[in-house]
Amino acid sequence: MRAQLLHEILPAAVPDGTPLLEIHDIHLSFAGVKAIDGVSLTVRRGEVFAVIGPNGAGKTSIFNCISGVYRPQRGSLSFEGHDLLGMRPDRVADLGVARTFQNIELFPQLTVLDNLMLGRHQHLRYGTPAAMVRIGKAAREEARNRAVVEGIVEFLDIQQHRKSFVAMLPYGIQKRVELGRALAMAPRLLLLDEPTSGMNLEETEDMARFITDIRRELGIGILLVDHDMHLVMDLADTVLAIDFGRPIAVGKPREIQSNQDVIRAYLGQEHAVADPGGSA
Amino acid sequence: MRLRPGLVADYRSDVAIFRSNVQRFWFAVLLVAVVLLGLGGTLPLIPGLVDFSLTGDLLLIAVSAVFASIGAIGLNIVTGFAGQVSLGHAFFLGLGAFTGAVLGGSEVTRQVVDLSTGQFVEKTLVVGYQLDLSIWLPAAGLVAALAGLIVAPVAFRLRGLYLAFVTLGLVFIGDHLFREASILTGGVGVGRPTGVPSLFGFRFDQDGEFFGIFLEKEQKLFFLGLVLLIVLGFVAKNLARSRVGRALAAIRDRDIAAEMMGIPLARYKMIAFVVSSFYAGVAGALLYSAIGHLEPGTFNLLLSIEFIAMVLIGGVSTVSGSIMGAVFITFLPKMVKWLAGITVFGLDPFFFISDSPAGGFVNLPQMELILFGGLIVVFLILEPLGLYGIWIRIRNYWKAWPFSY
Repeated sequence: MRAQLLHEILPAAVPDGTPLLEIHDIHLSFAGVKAIDGVSLTVRRGEVFAVIGPNGAGKTSIFNCISGVYRPQRGSLSFEGHDLLGMRPDRVADLGVARTFQNIELFPQLTVLDNLMLGRHQHLRYGTPAAMVRIGKAAREEARNRAVVEGIVEFLDIQQHRKSFVAMLPYGIQKRVELGRALAMAPRLLLLDEPTSGMNLEETEDMARFITDIRRELGIGILLVDHDMHLVMDLADTVLAIDFGRPIAVGKPREIQSNQDVIRAYLGQEHAVADPGGSA
Repeated sequence: MRLRPGLVADYRSDVAIFRSNVQRFWFAVLLVAVVLLGLGGTLPLIPGLVDFSLTGDLLLIAVSAVFASIGAIGLNIVTGFAGQVSLGHAFFLGLGAFTGAVLGGSEVTRQVVDLSTGQFVEKTLVVGYQLDLSIWLPAAGLVAALAGLIVAPVAFRLRGLYLAFVTLGLVFIGDHLFREASILTGGVGVGRPTGVPSLFGFRFDQDGEFFGIFLEKEQKLFFLGLVLLIVLGFVAKNLARSRVGRALAAIRDRDIAAEMMGIPLARYKMIAFVVSSFYAGVAGALLYSAIGHLEPGTFNLLLSIEFIAMVLIGGVSTVSGSIMGAVFITFLPKMVKWLAGITVFGLDPFFFISDSPAGGFVNLPQMELILFGGLIVVFLILEPLGLYGIWIRIRNYWKAWPFSY
């Protein structure tokens, strides 16, 4: 089953380090509030790229710009050469961008299996008429994709929750199911918005292992936002620190850890921020 | 490989509609019981079953209940599965009804004096083409579905209360159109004949023999409805467990997250409206065929609310719940009448319900409306899963019996 998971999810063979997501100098403001003010970043294949910053720094806004929920007023976003600016969220998902949410956005009235099968939506190739009679192709496609989903169930070790309604599950498991739903989409870029928020130590450890495994076995690009600095420093290859929508520093985890501006930003002291559109 | 009986060994049977032979058996029992109900006293072989049958006005109500079930499933697709509250169901029912009537019904003409010549001439009051059931029934569904397609874009931008209000407007627009287009609908207070349910020469609206069994016209219509209900019921059930059904449920639960999972909202809301309207059109075209007469004033807000009540009381986003709700609501007037006439030890516990329209504390139609509203409130608060939820609890109780868990 695991083999099937890899077979289905493994992206086309491109070497690690190929740029997947390229964001250049995006600006987003809501009326007078500047949520994002000149952020640029590049996520490469096989890389974990972390965005950190204090509350309200604009981390989730960056995610929403990528997903197509918000449209930045200035700047450019592209994924594998496709311009994401102004693209509808479902089209962005079709391109191979999956995400999880800060506050769990699972479908509470569906079972774990149905939530994961929903992630397979774009891979289930049959139309509405076939769905109504459910013979031949529709039944075959459902069974084939169910096998893929079972691979994810096994990977995330949630076998006993398969048929549970998501609303009944504990928080940590729900977070795991949400990761599974994103994986089911067979993405080439995974956006993880605070995957360990509200989790205890053990659950955080599990999540860290899943992220490491995904990166090692699938080699996809991961864009990560989290407040757990230990996790970020352990997992990330590159870290971007932002505050008030502006980039403060970008670099290897160790460099960021010792950057005085980042420390000041977290402690709420005066600090330097890069010019909008600066070299972030 | 045959393992333990009832053990699920492949993905296909894990999501089957009937997951065990026990379920298949009980569905067959239910089906036989319903067929016997419909056959009633006309089945001479089993004399003991005569008491068990539906006759007279009960049979007539049963015919309406079966057709209403189809309409209720339709409403449940858009409101239950996809979560788009629609008060406009009466509009789609009406469109189906009048499409069926125009294509399948008979013409109404009247002799009038031509003032210029002084001669009597035929004047067409209501058009009717008297086509076959196999044409006008699908056409009724398709016309309603087309209307659903046109209305759907409104639902792309609205949801919740706002969508409810827009669909409410649809009922008033429909009501106005039906009243004004008297060449098609006969006009207010007059009405027109419904589509003639005649399939390749076989008349469902006339008493007659069918394979040697004498059936009244209500019985024939009952079985026509039953066959359609089974087919459309299974189609709805298939839809619910497919990628389309999951997408609709996702839109109902969290539409923005659904969009980020790759589900185009506009497309799926459109599918929900189109399929739902098709069901409504088919149901509307047949709903009044037992009476044979159709009146434009019927398709008002009250009818929409009646269908909402069927869905809420029966069970939101379940096919069997829609049927239970439709049967319950259609039989409600009869039940109220029965309650009003009941006597216990010579006393009349429901003395306040009066048989006559004028007398008593409340009359029958008023009592129906009170029960209607009351039941919706009671079910929403106490049993949001409706009759379906009650049935699931009974079933689970007997599954574990005699143990508590």
